[in-house]
Amino acid sequence: MDTRQKPLLNYCIALGDDSLMLGHRLSEWCRNGPFLEEDLALTNVALDFIGRARLFYTYAAEVEGRGRGEDDIAYLRDCREYRNLLINELPNGDFAFTMARQLMVDAFDMAFFTRLMQSGDQMLAAIAAKAIKESRYHLRRSQDWIIRLGDGTRESHQRTQNAFNQLWGYTAEMFETPDAEQQLVETGIAVNRNTLKADWTTTVHAVLKQATLDIPADDWAIGGGRDGQHTEHLGYLLAELQYLQRTYPGQQW
Amino acid sequence: MVAMRDNAETARLFELLSSVVDPEIPVLTLQDLGVLRDISVNDGEVKVSITPTYAGCPAMEAMRADIESTLAAAGYERVIVQQILSPAWSTDWMSQSGREKLRAYGIAPPVSTACGQPGGQIECPQCNSGDVKLVSEFGSTACKALYQCQDCREPFDYFKCI
Repeated sequence: MDTRQKPLLNYCIALGDDSLMLGHRLSEWCRNGPFLEEDLALTNVALDFIGRARLFYTYAAEVEGRGRGEDDIAYLRDCREYRNLLINELPNGDFAFTMARQLMVDAFDMAFFTRLMQSGDQMLAAIAAKAIKESRYHLRRSQDWIIRLGDGTRESHQRTQNAFNQLWGYTAEMFETPDAEQQLVETGIAVNRNTLKADWTTTVHAVLKQATLDIPADDWAIGGGRDGQHTEHLGYLLAELQYLQRTYPGQQW
Repeated sequence: MVAMRDNAETARLFELLSSVVDPEIPVLTLQDLGVLRDISVNDGEVKVSITPTYAGCPAMEAMRADIESTLAAAGYERVIVQQILSPAWSTDWMSQSGREKLRAYGIAPPVSTACGQPGGQIECPQCNSGDVKLVSEFGSTACKALYQCQDCREPFDYFKCI
């Protein structure tokens, strides 16, 4: 691999990691959903995120050109080598927590993929054009749920408010462009994350208002995912995610 | 939109692959779905281009395997099935006959206008009533939403517009 391709490789892996971790978390709802239709919906959304991860990893493997495949990248790294944003690895919590996270990620993805579609890298632009079609109905669904939960019973309102309060500080990381991405931003390949905040804020604030929820204060922020500094939850997630490949190396479906 | 290469051999290959169907909705061929994008033959090697409906659709692997085995059975030894992402698949590519087959199968076909807005002119595939209610954004697969007819009360799948 040409060393000039290294930032692109890392970018693809980081975007793949974001999708894989959230897809895995959503898949944990399988058979635990609040009712059958919602169980199906959560697992279908999980599939969309895992599909997205596959596209990013497959492209990463191609850019790297060392014979690694998507599965090697997904399954055969250690905790500190994953580059996903922390919000994607947090445990599901209750249904309100899961949907509050979805709203914030879906609103972000709409803004992000809209811009990535303009990337000077044709494959990234193609993945974005594919992903945004799915993000549109993800967002429609998550905002419906937040309005229903927030403007629902006292119990559902309180749980949803708690979820936003607990998640709010994890969203700051979504809008930071790490040094490693800066060079790709300058060459028109990566998205400048700093430009996404306004769109995201408009979407999320409007939903929270309609849901009669308070907008949490911006008084704490946590990050480190892009540097491989994760919460304690990622190790447990990987133990399950990687179990099969660690136990039976090279196993195929 | 499908780049039908204008020669006898690729025409025969398209004909051959018209027997390959969506494993989840076996009334639809890959051509009806708009998944089969191109076939080319170069020096005895057949290259089939398909585009995924949804990024994570598990049926894609089955379609790929079915294409390979169909062509192998017809004597084509060297077959490459490649996935193309751009332009991104859209339900607008579904053929008219595909839409009719879906309806007859009990699935409401995608409403070609007003994409993205559920509700619209979706009709119950059983009684054709337009008085239908969204039950869930997802039905049995990612590509479908679950509706219920308010007239005949039948629940049904609707093939979403994307």
